[in-house]
Amino acid sequence: MGGALVRVDEKRCKGCGICVGLCPRRVFVPDERGKVRVGRPEECVACGLCDSLCPDLAITVEPRGKGRKEAPAGAAAV
Amino acid sequence: MEEALEGYLRSGMLPHMWCAGCGNGIVLHCLIRALHELELPREKLAVVAGIGCAGRAAGYLNLDTLHATHGRALTFATGVKLANPDLTVVVLMGDGDATAIGGNHLIHAARRDLDLTAVVFNNSIYGMTGGQHSPLTPQGSISTTAPEGSNQRPFDLPHLARGAGAGFVARATTYHHRLLTRLIENGIRHRGFALVEAVTYCPTAFGRHNKMGSPVEGLRWQRDHFVDIEKYMGLPEKDRIGKEPMGLFYPAPEPEWPD
Repeated sequence: MGGALVRVDEKRCKGCGICVGLCPRRVFVPDERGKVRVGRPEECVACGLCDSLCPDLAITVEPRGKGRKEAPAGAAAV
Repeated sequence: MEEALEGYLRSGMLPHMWCAGCGNGIVLHCLIRALHELELPREKLAVVAGIGCAGRAAGYLNLDTLHATHGRALTFATGVKLANPDLTVVVLMGDGDATAIGGNHLIHAARRDLDLTAVVFNNSIYGMTGGQHSPLTPQGSISTTAPEGSNQRPFDLPHLARGAGAGFVARATTYHHRLLTRLIENGIRHRGFALVEAVTYCPTAFGRHNKMGSPVEGLRWQRDHFVDIEKYMGLPEKDRIGKEPMGLFYPAPEPEWPD
């Protein structure tokens, strides 16, 4: 799909795992340095949940094309 | 974080000092988004914070900020507002800061109904000093000062604030970040004293002792534990056990016809 460009600011990330655990498309993977990297960028649907719930303010989601879509059914966020 | 919001941060101060998975960063993000939505000119904004983990939030904001003494954020904020009534004043405090050492200032700020917006980061514990019991620690929870589990009832913060005279009282969790953002925004819009309780998860000093698990599990706990106040009020007594209400407590929303 490739709906968005997701970036993790490595300097800010503390590897808490919130994005890994809550991303409905499993875009993020923990890395060996105790941080997080964007492992499956093509899966992102630009719901923005990771950005909103990242306590380190480290994630940016730039939607490609039409802007943010709603999270798929069953995803978190109210 | 969205490009448009980055300007609200003192980016040179990041990464922040909060632990991995601490919900305070989510509250900070919600506050920034609310300020952005309100489109207030920067020179008309002042942020006052107290002492503790939550109090450090002001240090990350690229605004006119004041880091006050423990429990006295509202008194400094009262002075700021009286000296310059044109300012929009937002006050950031933790649960210990706001309801223990600053408890008297909280009720009197609410009683005076001065136009301040208090955001209380409620992580249920004194995090910075090592996990001591606070007046908002839930009954039965383990803390370093209640190793067998607290036998005291916590304050019901929204009703405490309302009883003291606050004209706008609300609560949301970090999991319900959109609701939290909207409530902070409306609290700032409210002319008079507004209190927004932001329920946040402390994985280090609270979650670890209470076996609540990782930051993700803390957020899931918020998701499963908090229900919209209107729904909560409609629940039979037995179904309210283990649930907490959130949303706008006061002023209560108008009932919709034909209720």
